[in-house]
Amino acid sequence: MSAAAFRFPDALAGLPPAAPLDAGPVPPPGADPRARAWAVLRAVPDPEVPAVSVVDLGIVRGAEPLPGGGVRVTLTPTYSGCPATEAIERSVREALDAAGLGPVEVALRRAPAWTTDWITPEGRDRLRAAGIAPPGPAEAGGDGLAPLRFFARGADAPSVQCPRCASPRTEQLAAFGATACKSLWRCLACREPFEHFKPL
Amino acid sequence: MHASPIPDPAPDAQYLLRTGDTCLILAQRLAEWCGHAPVLEEDIALANMALDLLGQARALLTRAGQLGGPGRPVRDEDQLAFLRDERDFRNLTIAELPRGDFAVTVLRNAMVATLLRQLWHRLQDSRDAEVAAIAAKAVKEARYHQRHAADWAVRLADGTDESRRRMQAALRRLWPYRHEMFEAGDPVDEAAAASGLGPRWSELREPWHADMDALLAEAGLEPPADTPFRSTGRHGRHSEHLGPLLAEMQSLQRAYPGGVW
Repeated sequence: MSAAAFRFPDALAGLPPAAPLDAGPVPPPGADPRARAWAVLRAVPDPEVPAVSVVDLGIVRGAEPLPGGGVRVTLTPTYSGCPATEAIERSVREALDAAGLGPVEVALRRAPAWTTDWITPEGRDRLRAAGIAPPGPAEAGGDGLAPLRFFARGADAPSVQCPRCASPRTEQLAAFGATACKSLWRCLACREPFEHFKPL
Repeated sequence: MHASPIPDPAPDAQYLLRTGDTCLILAQRLAEWCGHAPVLEEDIALANMALDLLGQARALLTRAGQLGGPGRPVRDEDQLAFLRDERDFRNLTIAELPRGDFAVTVLRNAMVATLLRQLWHRLQDSRDAEVAAIAAKAVKEARYHQRHAADWAVRLADGTDESRRRMQAALRRLWPYRHEMFEAGDPVDEAAAASGLGPRWSELREPWHADMDALLAEAGLEPPADTPFRSTGRHGRHSEHLGPLLAEMQSLQRAYPGGVW
């Protein structure tokens, strides 16, 4: 928890930082600071899914240059308990500072709640290339009114396309995966297991 | 010795602590499964759900600490989690019961997630914008938890003779604790309803039963006959199981006050 005892960032602190993503050139100093900030942020990898950037995932909701210099970044956390939230804030700060765009103000905004519908088309391509099936449209009924449903199996199960061979013949192995945002699947055509970014 | 930081919180803070503490204590219980679940996938699932619940608890405890009432200092999430005494925790008793076997864990998760999903749904309309934002996120997580737990409950009830026997035993054990969720005429609930902070929990009884009845029907399980037993955790009067849980959860802060990881 934040101040006294357990600090989430340390769960990730021992890992080497993921390499910046190739997201195209950053405009030179002197160019429009907003465009520069977005270009820098597009290369900041998500600490838990480093194949995609924090912009690809839709976590960055705004990057506004401040009148007195510096930039204000608005982030929307993904899951309530996501241990990467603080690490994301730190890597955003470090990347913008390193590009000379600081001082950096980070605002965390909870509402509207993050949804996988905010993952960009480029982000979806990158997930697929990394062997992670991107999410389909977030389900309606997230407001809590829909009647209880069970995880569908067999013919009723929603189809998730295998990120390797593109076959729709896949099945869920486990509803939870290595991170809060993913479930585990396997392809019945190429027999490879893969992760699926859960629609949320 | 530490004085408990909010011995007598304002009704709004108490209202939020009921949910926040339920999430926190259940997260702690679920974390006990880490390395012990029947299969690796469920080990990971239980840890993931514990993490979601812990995140929800952190957000609500932070907010509750800001609503301590006139003349009371703001308390942060850590003070509330690690320095309060047993009587000042407002979680539902069902959350603190020992983790039991996998059937108990599955059924408890189903009962609590069903409540939380209904509660978060209503809290999205809270007059407190921060609470509404927390709820909008959490309702989706609770739905996923509910579905996962319900799925397992049906699978176990429909499995072997042994898994079915254990589900029936879990139902006999846990079903009486549902009454605490929906107790009517409670002043903290009334204050929250009046201020627009959130619904009376008693209003959640019907939708909760609609979902749980569907689950039990799908599983082919019969609820046990009703008894006069009523648990009282959300008033701070707990079972004998919360104390040892807190002794473990709070031991570091008690031994090294203010220590940082």
